[in-house]
Amino acid sequence: MSVVEAPPTQSDTPEQSTRRSFGSFLRDNEIDTRMAGMIALLLVIWVGFHFLSGGTFLTPRNLWNLSVQTSTVGIMATGMVLVIVSRNIDLSVGSMVGVVGMVMAILQFEWLPPLMGLGNQWIWIITIVIGLALGALIGAFQGSIIAYAGVPSFIVTLGGLLVWRGFAWLTASGRTLAPMDATFQLLGGGSRGSLGETGSWVVGGVACIGIVALLVLGRRRRRKFGFRLRPMWLDVTLGVFGCAVVLGAVWVTNSYYLPESIAREVAEERGIPWPQGGLQIPLGIPYPVLILIGVTLVMGFIANRRRFGRNIYAIGGNPEAAELGGINTRRTIVKTFMTMGILVGVSAAVSIARLNAAVSGLGTLSELYVIAAAVIGGTSLSGGIGTIPGAILGALVMQSLQSGMVLLGVGAPMQDVVLGVVLVTAVAIDATFRRRTAR
Amino acid sequence: MKLLNRRFLALLAVLVIVVAACGDDDTTGTTADGGTGTTGAGGDCVVGMSWNNYNEERWAKHDEPAMKAAIEAGGCSYISSDAGSSEEQQITDVENLIADGANVVIILAQNTQAILPAVEAATAEGIPVIAYDRLIEDANTFYVSFDNVLVGKLMAEVIFDLVPSGNYIIVKGNGADANSDFLREGIESVIGDAVAAGDITIVGEDYTDNWAPDLAQTHVEQWLTQADNDVQAVVSENDGMATGAAAALAAQGLSIPLSGQDADVAALNRVALGTQSVSVWKDARELGKAAGTAAVALAGGATLADVEGTAEFVYTNKESGVATTLVSILLVPIPITQDNLNLVVDANWITVDELCAGVTAGSVAACP
Repeated sequence: MSVVEAPPTQSDTPEQSTRRSFGSFLRDNEIDTRMAGMIALLLVIWVGFHFLSGGTFLTPRNLWNLSVQTSTVGIMATGMVLVIVSRNIDLSVGSMVGVVGMVMAILQFEWLPPLMGLGNQWIWIITIVIGLALGALIGAFQGSIIAYAGVPSFIVTLGGLLVWRGFAWLTASGRTLAPMDATFQLLGGGSRGSLGETGSWVVGGVACIGIVALLVLGRRRRRKFGFRLRPMWLDVTLGVFGCAVVLGAVWVTNSYYLPESIAREVAEERGIPWPQGGLQIPLGIPYPVLILIGVTLVMGFIANRRRFGRNIYAIGGNPEAAELGGINTRRTIVKTFMTMGILVGVSAAVSIARLNAAVSGLGTLSELYVIAAAVIGGTSLSGGIGTIPGAILGALVMQSLQSGMVLLGVGAPMQDVVLGVVLVTAVAIDATFRRRTAR
Repeated sequence: MKLLNRRFLALLAVLVIVVAACGDDDTTGTTADGGTGTTGAGGDCVVGMSWNNYNEERWAKHDEPAMKAAIEAGGCSYISSDAGSSEEQQITDVENLIADGANVVIILAQNTQAILPAVEAATAEGIPVIAYDRLIEDANTFYVSFDNVLVGKLMAEVIFDLVPSGNYIIVKGNGADANSDFLREGIESVIGDAVAAGDITIVGEDYTDNWAPDLAQTHVEQWLTQADNDVQAVVSENDGMATGAAAALAAQGLSIPLSGQDADVAALNRVALGTQSVSVWKDARELGKAAGTAAVALAGGATLADVEGTAEFVYTNKESGVATTLVSILLVPIPITQDNLNLVVDANWITVDELCAGVTAGSVAACP
């Protein structure tokens, strides 16, 4: 999964690899040990919090909450990986969330309803399209200054941090805009904003088939090009493990039921008589998480399979070589920031839908969480290295710590201390690990 | 530098005269109003107002018009300056206002300590200084503000009346802001005994960085999860965070008492809808009026303590432990609930359309 590790050379014979250590066995079979380590760390955190919180953390409800809380930072972190890989940084994403969120709110709150009628089903679609376009525009604008005027991205986006926050305030003169369009609200999760039981199983099933298909196709392709194959049992294990995780997650979201008062409303709407002993309606996968999964897949595909994505890694690895190799580095940088902007738009939509309101301070400091998620997820600030799934895991680790500490009643100052320490420790361990494996 | 500024002000004064000559006397000036251009009864009575940062909706919309009206009603003229959030600029501004003939200076301080040299210089010249909205740690200043401890008390009283016993969540503001603790102090004065007696259990309480609504939402979600929704009331220290709390409660289908302050449009709408119980209203226009009236009295030669409606206010600096006794006017905020929504409408604080958006007609008195 990690893109930096060289594919196993064909000269490696099976006899040699059996004599090597477990670590190199994993490496030879392209199992990302770093990613596996992070998953293990996440599990340790979860189990730890579960016991400390008296059995609250690993309940379907808390995990469901956690997934929704992670989604806004996670969505942006996928873009931040590419920005950092290209040896840049974007400090303006938090402020961009503010201004894009405010514009999307004012569109559906003040501008569109008089034109189209309150509750018109097109409102939320137009709002999102304009929001994403605005994000793309701001991103492209900042990217152009960075690429063509040669101003360092740190400076351009530091300026952006101030400018866009100011615009967020000016858009609505600091007012709080609420509530959002009824359909738009669903994007934020909440009690109604999820896929429901059947839909969630369908998504889980499709994902499972996808995993198996990828493994099968991968084997076939490797055989065709004469690459060494993973042992059959390992591929089967990976497939079973992947499917189990996916279906387990779906099962968890389906074991979280609507709170009774809302279940009653739903039952009334659907004309179901309220049974004695109550009705248990599973929520299923929340929409913001579905969006996060979609974004992760698309961004992963772009990063690993598209020329644009590969160019970013090439530039991050060695800008001069990339330029000499015929890559239009400037245009690639503009496109990278534009992608970041679009993702900011998605994240802003989820944020205001979730809060059911837009405030001018929306997204303050989230640039730091986004960058931290990418870095904890293994993205190197010196460029060229980083993975999309890693960033999602990074965001999940941070949100787990934060939400878990709130459950335990740890005060805000101590939460900040812990998050800061974890950030630095994660990068320190990563750096040591990389040095050792590089030898 | 100073010379340049004076020249600039003189130029502005000339401009204002020209504009005034063109006929429109009602232009509400934003920055330097060049008060020297105004003639008439208040020729010798000039009130100088130093804004720290005029670029906030409320100053232009609520505070300044009321202040100006009170000053002009008292026969004085009004001049002002904007420091654009700069501490250094604000000191220069105060000097300039005095040089420009101000007999009284009102200061909305950017920094309650950095402004001290300017305050000392003014009082040395016998010019009274009014600390507007934010405290200045100088015993010679006159402090005009809302009573923040009382704000906390009022919001807690409404909630406590509705829920005298049960599980409470308390959403506090920014830990670095003294107001968060003033508010908490007021809340404690209402529920403290019930907490000690075990009638009320606080199942979640924490500061919220930057008063951020989205962070407040996450906190409330977690506390609700930990308490398995066995929560009967949420005390939020302002309306912004109440927005986050309301979203978290709605996601659980909970309809329980929730507090706030500031009388935000969105929050008043929630009060009308019944998803928030109270928003404590601090009418900025009353604050402007009080400061303006006090300024006129002080310009007329009254001593600080002579001004109507004053009380002593003792402020103790948390770090140094130094106590400052100030003459002050602390205005009383009004808790807005469904029963008195007409107050905010009658005062033109909010329109009926804004207040009643999505409210079933007739469900509350203010939404016919």
